[in-house]
Amino acid sequence: MNIIEVKKLHKIYDQDTHPVHAVRGVDLNFKEGEFAAVVGPSGSGKTTFLNMLGGLDDPTEGEIMIDSVNINELSNRKKINFRMNHIGFVFQAYNLIPVLTAKENVEFIMHLQGRSKHDRELRTKELLEAVDLADKLNVRPNKLSGGQQQRVAVARALASKPKFILADEPTANLDSKSAANLLEIMEKLNREEHITFIFSTHDQRVVDKARRVITLDDGMIKSDVQV
Amino acid sequence: MIWSIAWRNVWRNKLRSSVVIIAVSLGLMSGVFSSAFMKGWMGQRMDAVLLTELSYIQIHHPEFKENYEFRYFIEDPDPIMKEIKYLDEDIKLSKRMVINSMVASAETGTGVMIKGIDPEIEMKVSDINKKIIEGTYFADAGRNPVVIGKKLADKLDVSIKNKIILTIQDQDGNITSGAFRVAGIYKTSNTGFDGSTVFVKNHDLATLIGLEPGKAHEIAIVLPDKLDLEEMTEIIAAINPDLLTENWKDLSPEMGYMDDLMGVYMYIIIIIILFALCFAIINTMLMAVLERVKEIGMLMAVGMNKVRVFSMLMLESIFLTLTGGVFGIILGYLIYIFFRKNGLDMSIWGEGLEAMGFAAIIYPEFDYGMIVPIIILVILTGIFSSLYPAFKALRLNPSDAIRTE
Repeated sequence: MNIIEVKKLHKIYDQDTHPVHAVRGVDLNFKEGEFAAVVGPSGSGKTTFLNMLGGLDDPTEGEIMIDSVNINELSNRKKINFRMNHIGFVFQAYNLIPVLTAKENVEFIMHLQGRSKHDRELRTKELLEAVDLADKLNVRPNKLSGGQQQRVAVARALASKPKFILADEPTANLDSKSAANLLEIMEKLNREEHITFIFSTHDQRVVDKARRVITLDDGMIKSDVQV
Repeated sequence: MIWSIAWRNVWRNKLRSSVVIIAVSLGLMSGVFSSAFMKGWMGQRMDAVLLTELSYIQIHHPEFKENYEFRYFIEDPDPIMKEIKYLDEDIKLSKRMVINSMVASAETGTGVMIKGIDPEIEMKVSDINKKIIEGTYFADAGRNPVVIGKKLADKLDVSIKNKIILTIQDQDGNITSGAFRVAGIYKTSNTGFDGSTVFVKNHDLATLIGLEPGKAHEIAIVLPDKLDLEEMTEIIAAINPDLLTENWKDLSPEMGYMDDLMGVYMYIIIIIILFALCFAIINTMLMAVLERVKEIGMLMAVGMNKVRVFSMLMLESIFLTLTGGVFGIILGYLIYIFFRKNGLDMSIWGEGLEAMGFAAIIYPEFDYGMIVPIIILVILTGIFSSLYPAFKALRLNPSDAIRTE
């Protein structure tokens, strides 16, 4: 079953002055439980594509249906709520809230969702155990390694029980060991809990783990391979 | 959780936040202390006006004050006083004879206002007995005692037990003189009053001018705090429609104006200080937003809506300002405690101040009722200071903000 349907997606920046066609007519579907990597050279439109999938950028043309909802037709307010409840984000630079502990960072989105304290604590514990950080509950990000921070970021992305997770270059700032460890955890979550992961990456290790590899070039799909 | 994040964000850059907190503290400290100083200063002047010079309410013959003419008596003041006393037993009253006259010593002479009083009763409405610096307040049993001000004593070059001559025009227009012996010398914070007011016994004055005892030019009234001045003025005026009833605000409009102004003075000072501090707080908050663009972008991306982002930044600003405000109030209060005990000596300008009727040593007075309004003003400053930085944050595009280095 498709959870994301992308139809004739275009994105043109600076349309009036110096138009840059970042994404050109992309048609793609993602099924539940996919572990997909979007690859391509710098400037190929990976990040723009992922931003549009995440509702952070609006397409110039085309539509994105997530669970049969056209996210481009949502008001800004509804889009923020939609992101909070349906999409998990993992960023290249971890982007944790530095003044909160690992536990509080994971709890944060559930707090925004208005979930009960008991519910939040249970899920936070569960998620931090899943990313092997059960012993770092009360540690702030500056006391964690890059790999540990990114694992907290994965736990945070999963906290809201999203339909899928968008990970923009998640391993770019990590050493090999941490990257391998992170990928292993994400693969395990995908395999055992059917969580859908969509990566944009340059990292061959991510591509090697991915079961679907979409190559973008000059804003267009060059190849879409199921491994 | 937004409250907790906002509070912790305040302490992310301890040095920067501390600088702002110290600035707010010092500003508020100055504001709180200067308000206490002004209140104490004005309070001392008010006490002098109410307890030494004017009392709360005065009753006169309607034409008496035009020229302070001797003949305009209150014919029968005792029943009037009884009726006023009946309104509330805590009301204090004293009847006085008030006569413009000349006083002379061997050295020189000058014009003065004689107040003929019953010393025992006068003590209930006036604190002149507490201002005696030499001699006594009519304690000597000698004949024709007079209590004069230090300034007048210096001018006449007289001291205790010296004789002075009071020259008065009696009710028939004849000039009559009497010798009075200086029993006491008082000193108030108003050299003008000290140089122009002498107190004698009502009975001695009546004897000198051949007047039946019991008449008075003035009834002075002191009200207990529980009674409202304006309301009581109206009631007493209604009881005595043929007489002129005035409260101290009518008698000394400049003091009334200053008293009213004091009510807003504190707010004016605090608002000016907080307005100046606003710019420092805006600058700090702006820096806090600009160095956290990426983080704010992430918060917006993962689902923090604009209201929450705005609230978070506004709370940060309020916490920053409020922390400084609370410290400032505490510091201002401690300084107040010190000067309340020791007084703030402004004797260097004493002569000028006393000529205007103000004391040279000021004992500040803290208005506890101003704590809540100040805290509200501090919170409003925090909110106001957060507006521009918060609106700037709200204009961020999450996808661009996340990519910011």
